[in-house]
Amino acid sequence: MSDEEMSREADVRCTVNGTTHTLRVRPMARLLDVLREDLHLTGTKEGCGEGECGACSVLIDGELVNSCLVPVLQVEGAQVQTIEGVTAGGAELHAVQQAFIECGGAQCGICTPGMVLAAVSLLAHTPQPTDADIRHGLAGNLCRCTGYMKIFDAVVRACERAGVKA
Amino acid sequence: MRAYLPDYHLRAPKTLSDALELLAREPGMWRAFAGGTDLMVLLEFGALKHKNFLSIRHLPELRGIEVTPEHVTLGALTSYTEIQRDADVRREFPLLCAAARETGGIAIQNRGTLGGNVVNASPAADSPPALLVYDAELELVSASGTRRVAYRDFHTGYKQMDMRPDELLRSIRLPRTTGDLHTYYRKVGTRKAQAISKICFAAGARLASDGRIRDARIGLGSVAPTVVRCARTEDVLRDQTPDEATIKAACASLVQEIVPIDDMRSTAEYRARVAANLLADFLSTLKIDGGKSDSA
Repeated sequence: MSDEEMSREADVRCTVNGTTHTLRVRPMARLLDVLREDLHLTGTKEGCGEGECGACSVLIDGELVNSCLVPVLQVEGAQVQTIEGVTAGGAELHAVQQAFIECGGAQCGICTPGMVLAAVSLLAHTPQPTDADIRHGLAGNLCRCTGYMKIFDAVVRACERAGVKA
Repeated sequence: MRAYLPDYHLRAPKTLSDALELLAREPGMWRAFAGGTDLMVLLEFGALKHKNFLSIRHLPELRGIEVTPEHVTLGALTSYTEIQRDADVRREFPLLCAAARETGGIAIQNRGTLGGNVVNASPAADSPPALLVYDAELELVSASGTRRVAYRDFHTGYKQMDMRPDELLRSIRLPRTTGDLHTYYRKVGTRKAQAISKICFAAGARLASDGRIRDARIGLGSVAPTVVRCARTEDVLRDQTPDEATIKAACASLVQEIVPIDDMRSTAEYRARVAANLLADFLSTLKIDGGKSDSA
């Protein structure tokens, strides 16, 4: 066994919000913890820690995942996008974020980063979602303030905004 | 209590043959780790007993959906999202698509794999009842070769499988003989998304030109120590017209054939009653539609 295997640590190379990192990590560490504690990207929240609530949602290679269920070894070579990365570095908010503000799609805010990423992911795959599509697309994200209607309104508004832009 | 991470080992062998060699060299030492949507939950609870895992997610031999004239073969790592996006699977295996759509939420569907759902061997899993209806066949690979197992013979008891510690599930093969089945899928849980099922029901049948039932297939989850094909009830239905008497006889047979339990999600009584109700609903749609439409 190599030293690396004995120490049970591994170097994982990945890109987070456009920046490439080489992370020295426990391979089974949750991506959620590495993002928050090693990279100080605390916008990603922990809710249930068991893949039920979606608070820790991030995008890996463009697909929505629960970062609490991803061992960091599995992001080797991947592109990770967190809530901090949705604005593409500019000062202007993403259309989905702006719509959440305008529609009041946040109360305590813990679910909001995950909701925004789930909405971004939904609109990437389904630019003109029906109400049923929106409910299905956000069904893995729980809001314990139960502010769902305004969240759904925000997704609709983000679509309208995107439609205007196009 | 959360797991102590330094106890856990996760390696990513470069190739499938490297993985199989490791599994063969130290049988039982390593276990496969695919999408992680079940294993990471156990890890978080400090309940993941096994400590050494091989990440297999990146192995191309376990990926992809292959279509031949006789079969559609899904690599073990096919995600629930990939199942739903595949045009051939959507057209010919609607029960599997319906199951994939109701497994977890989008984030789980992007990460969780069909092979993981099979070898995790939960009796409450959502896709196995559909696989049972479609007469799925598993391809198991090891350093010493490949073998095929009929999925209906694979689960031998609660969390017990016809699979050696040195084997990996490579693919799930579906015969392309069921495209004209009238199908019916219902997962019953506390809500549509994310819930683990109280009962999961997948069925298919053909109605012959004489109005009699041919080729009835019933797969159920959460009603026994394993997912089950209900062969005795299928026998009751064979060559019968789907009338009230047949429905009554079939439901009576089904509640005798399954062995549900009381647990945190539901009760044995509820599960038996709902299983019978779903069977009756399936058979009445068969009667009305003549096996033409598809409710899955």
